[in-house]
Amino acid sequence: MKFTFSWLKEHLDTDRSVDEIAEKLSLIGLEVDGIEDKAKLLAPFVVGHVTAARQHPNADRLKLCTVDMGSGTFEVVCGAPNARAGIKGVYAPEGSWIPGSDMTLKKSRIRGIESRGMLCSERELLLSEEHDGIIELPDDAVIGAGVAELLGVSDAVIEIGLTPNRPDCAGVRGIARDLAAAGMGALKPLDDSPVPGLFESPVKWRIDLPVETADACPLVVGRYFRGVTNGPSPKWLQDQLTAIGLRPISALVDITNYCTFGLARPLHVFDADKVAGDLVMRMARPGEKILALDGETYELEPDMLAIADANGVQSIAGVMGGESTGCGDDTKNMFLEIALFDPIRTAATGRRLDVMSDARYRFERGVDPTSAMWGAEVAARLILDICGGEASEIAVAGAEPDWARRQPLRKSRITALGGVHLPPGLPAKILADLGFDNEDDGEIIHASIPPWRPDIDGEADLVEEILRIHGYDNIPAVPMDRDMVVPHPALDVAQRRVSRVRRALAANGLIEAVTYSFMSDADANLFGGVPESLRIGNPISADLNVMRPSVLPNLAAAAGRNGARGAGDVALFEIGPQYSDATPDGQSQMAAGLRVGNSIPRHWTGPARPVDAFDAKSDVLVALESAGAPGENLRITRDAPGWYHPGRSGVMWLGKTEIARFGELHPDIAAHYDLRGTAVAFEVFLDVVPPPRAGRGPARPLLKTSPFQPVERDFAFVVDTDVASDAVMRAARGADKTLITGVQLFDIFEGASLGDGKKSLAIAVTLQPTEATLTDAEIDAISDKITAAVTKATGGVLRG
Amino acid sequence: MDNHDQLRSDLLSRIADADLGRLEELRVEALGRKGAISEMMRGLGALPGDQRKDAGQALNALKTEIASAIDARHAMLSSAGLEARLATETIDITLPSRPHADGRIHPISQTIDEMVAIFCEMGFRVAEGPHIEDDFHNFTALNIPPEHPARQDHDTFYLTETEDGARPVLRTHTSPVQVRTMQTSEPPIRIVVPGRTFRADHDATHSPMFHQIEGLVVDENTHMGHLKGCLTEFWRAFFGMDDLPVRFRPSFFPFTEPSAEVDIGCSREGGGLKIGGSDWLEILGCGMIHPRVLENCGIDSSRYQGFAFGLGIERAAMLKYGIPDLRTFYESDLRWLKHYGFPALAQPTIAGGLTP
Repeated sequence: MKFTFSWLKEHLDTDRSVDEIAEKLSLIGLEVDGIEDKAKLLAPFVVGHVTAARQHPNADRLKLCTVDMGSGTFEVVCGAPNARAGIKGVYAPEGSWIPGSDMTLKKSRIRGIESRGMLCSERELLLSEEHDGIIELPDDAVIGAGVAELLGVSDAVIEIGLTPNRPDCAGVRGIARDLAAAGMGALKPLDDSPVPGLFESPVKWRIDLPVETADACPLVVGRYFRGVTNGPSPKWLQDQLTAIGLRPISALVDITNYCTFGLARPLHVFDADKVAGDLVMRMARPGEKILALDGETYELEPDMLAIADANGVQSIAGVMGGESTGCGDDTKNMFLEIALFDPIRTAATGRRLDVMSDARYRFERGVDPTSAMWGAEVAARLILDICGGEASEIAVAGAEPDWARRQPLRKSRITALGGVHLPPGLPAKILADLGFDNEDDGEIIHASIPPWRPDIDGEADLVEEILRIHGYDNIPAVPMDRDMVVPHPALDVAQRRVSRVRRALAANGLIEAVTYSFMSDADANLFGGVPESLRIGNPISADLNVMRPSVLPNLAAAAGRNGARGAGDVALFEIGPQYSDATPDGQSQMAAGLRVGNSIPRHWTGPARPVDAFDAKSDVLVALESAGAPGENLRITRDAPGWYHPGRSGVMWLGKTEIARFGELHPDIAAHYDLRGTAVAFEVFLDVVPPPRAGRGPARPLLKTSPFQPVERDFAFVVDTDVASDAVMRAARGADKTLITGVQLFDIFEGASLGDGKKSLAIAVTLQPTEATLTDAEIDAISDKITAAVTKATGGVLRG
Repeated sequence: MDNHDQLRSDLLSRIADADLGRLEELRVEALGRKGAISEMMRGLGALPGDQRKDAGQALNALKTEIASAIDARHAMLSSAGLEARLATETIDITLPSRPHADGRIHPISQTIDEMVAIFCEMGFRVAEGPHIEDDFHNFTALNIPPEHPARQDHDTFYLTETEDGARPVLRTHTSPVQVRTMQTSEPPIRIVVPGRTFRADHDATHSPMFHQIEGLVVDENTHMGHLKGCLTEFWRAFFGMDDLPVRFRPSFFPFTEPSAEVDIGCSREGGGLKIGGSDWLEILGCGMIHPRVLENCGIDSSRYQGFAFGLGIERAAMLKYGIPDLRTFYESDLRWLKHYGFPALAQPTIAGGLTP
């Protein structure tokens, strides 16, 4: 919402400066988005008199103008075709900044001739797009004087970002009322006294709406003006409209805009001679079309309100009028429409037709229901003043809706909610200044809500009105009450787990990424796909049209992009959601990661080591350990999903719960994302990690250390190639659960000497005696048990 | 005695010249059972009693002196030998170290951790909720009825309509978690909700996914003065500026009444944006919870009140850490992540500092 300072002063009697007003606007909730003060911008420019213009000796199209700017005379090289002796133009002295071309003028030589300063076009001063010639000022302009006023831009233009709850401030008058209440001046009275009608309007209104859509237009007022003279509106009106970015069209149309922006009262003017019969408010009929004032043809739908005459639809109610009955310079008789429209229907119509208009902007926020009646008087006064002619009596259909509402306010609520103590009489005064008639009984203010404030809804709203006018700055800030000196942790157990896993994975060398929760269905399909319920109905692009079933595609795509940029090795992880359906339970918190290329780079200490599944396994174990998962009970199977290499991947289980997957990415997937070198990945389901057992405090079990030396014995077992090393280690470990405290696999060997299909696994078993040092005989006995257990479990034999 | 002095000076000079091998021979030659000093010891018996005592003492002193001279020479020679050996073991100490893991924490995670640390100090706990929401939690409960213009402003992503005609949405703000928390717990409530949010908007300053942190306080006494105190302290702690100007302006949100926007002081001199200064930068929206929202969530609005706020995490991170472009947060460019990311162990805490 834009307005000029002088327009504001039509409604507000104030001696405050533009800056004071702007500051106050922001502080009462009418946030200033910008102040455009062209007068300030144009301060360096003066009226210059071209006393002579000669041909430039070295250029056909350039002229050499002698410009008298009052305090001096300068030679200016000018290329404008209208540069000639005798005219007065806008002279920009050296050193001035030209807003339209964003440059500071310096003394220059143009085709060998020195030029000092310049004569400006409208475009160079940001007045319009006009750049065919220089500005010509009136002959009586005073040489050397400022140009802002001559150019009609002496006014500051203020733009506020209007919140959707304030339809009243979609008009300058509403803004003035707020400012007056906030002590910035006095609201001037608006003359809405009746303008006598001299005849009965030959055009009548009819509302033809079924009961169920009767609220589409509760009231419409019309007024016929005969013998008007249309044409350009007066300069003051054109200047106001131009200043806020509207194009002056004709006096009648400009008056409607003046009421729209000045009073938040949209109007429409029909050329009465083009209207056939009476006008009727009715729902549009299927397929009805209208050529609107913006030159577009719109096809209406049956739930849109139309304004029609005998020839058909002439206006899209509340949104835009039609071309065929619009007013032109030759309009002699005019019919004025002042209506009330349902905000929701108006908004829906505008949205579906994709039309934004100044009328829709106001109707969809809510127009003052009393304005249909007073609008007919205020507009008539303007029309008669500017266009002459005679006004009819008003023609009315429908009735003013019952808008009167009362809202009690307990004054104690101002302190309870606002945290501020006000002088006893102040709340009632503020409300009165805002137009809320009220009675203050000491405890309770009984306020009548004015018709222009449909937003007021409940007691808290009145508290807000009082607090905002009194000023939020005047609310003392106090610290939050705290019920304990040392606060409880902010994170619960699961959240702490996530936080630890994040930092543990980073400490393990992975770089955290944050990627979108959505992706393309093509990506998703490579990773199991998603049900139809996870498809986005209105994606911003086909690349982002389903919720992700896995974090990995985004990481793989990121790794591919990084690879394409020449980043060698990639190690990325993300902690975030994956989705299996659209319910809250369908969202899982994942820790997923991807390593591509080398785990250890090429280095003088040794050769590079490409990543392998065991890097991913290490990441999984780091994640699970920091999440507090019981590591000793994990079980591994080989049935990882299809995006993993079938022979080089695994699934980790805690009991019957899948807790993680890891391994080499399937080569097809790696190729799809242009991953160079081996790629390994992991996915950990953080939600399924069981919470720590309840009832156990922070105390650890007592540490029992043995005074006796541990003994380490090495074994090498020859087993079939497909025997899992884990089986050998578990068997060895299980041979004596008290004495054996550790089993390490330290060598794997395959070779002809073992025979086909065989491998040797070498393990070191740690024996920790607790009662006495082990004798050789005891050690031999345990060794035999270990060998027997491994043989029994895996068929392995001790390597000779 | 001449004999004695002669032996002493002879041995000492030979010890001084001996290498390790020769030194062992000298030890035998002087102190061994058949050595010179032992021989002289044995000769003592032939002397008269009074001379014997003096000579014995002198011989013992000589023996001690020679032994310590040998030890000293031995120690000297061993250490010199070690030094000589070590000198041959020199390496190029400027060679690059073994590669070590060098992970990073994303600025969004780090910023959330910082914010949570501050709010924890003010008694808030962290709550979370689903990203795919229903209409009630994302809109209706928050006093945004179906035809409310705010619904249009939210640029909502909708999922496929379900069989019963419902259309799940991607939550447009973290506020649904307010609703879920109020529905399932009794006041007093004091939570912050960090998390992903989604809006169908994509340009230089909008991302279809971004992060918010939401705050909610419900009890019997909390008023706007507390809201001002809470958020003023928060921003000052977050930016580490005790005198950061913070200003509250009236605004409008359907779910709060009264509503406010918060500006912090900034400076735009020289084209760059700097936190702190006399200009204003809008940074969050907040307000007292609308009584209808409390009622929608099953909380008695005649007894309870409180405030809510919501702010953008990326924006706060951009302002604090000088990150120029929103879109880069989600591009997973390793150069960016390494540059703007944080060390794994730089966990922000009040005790240890919020900013690494």
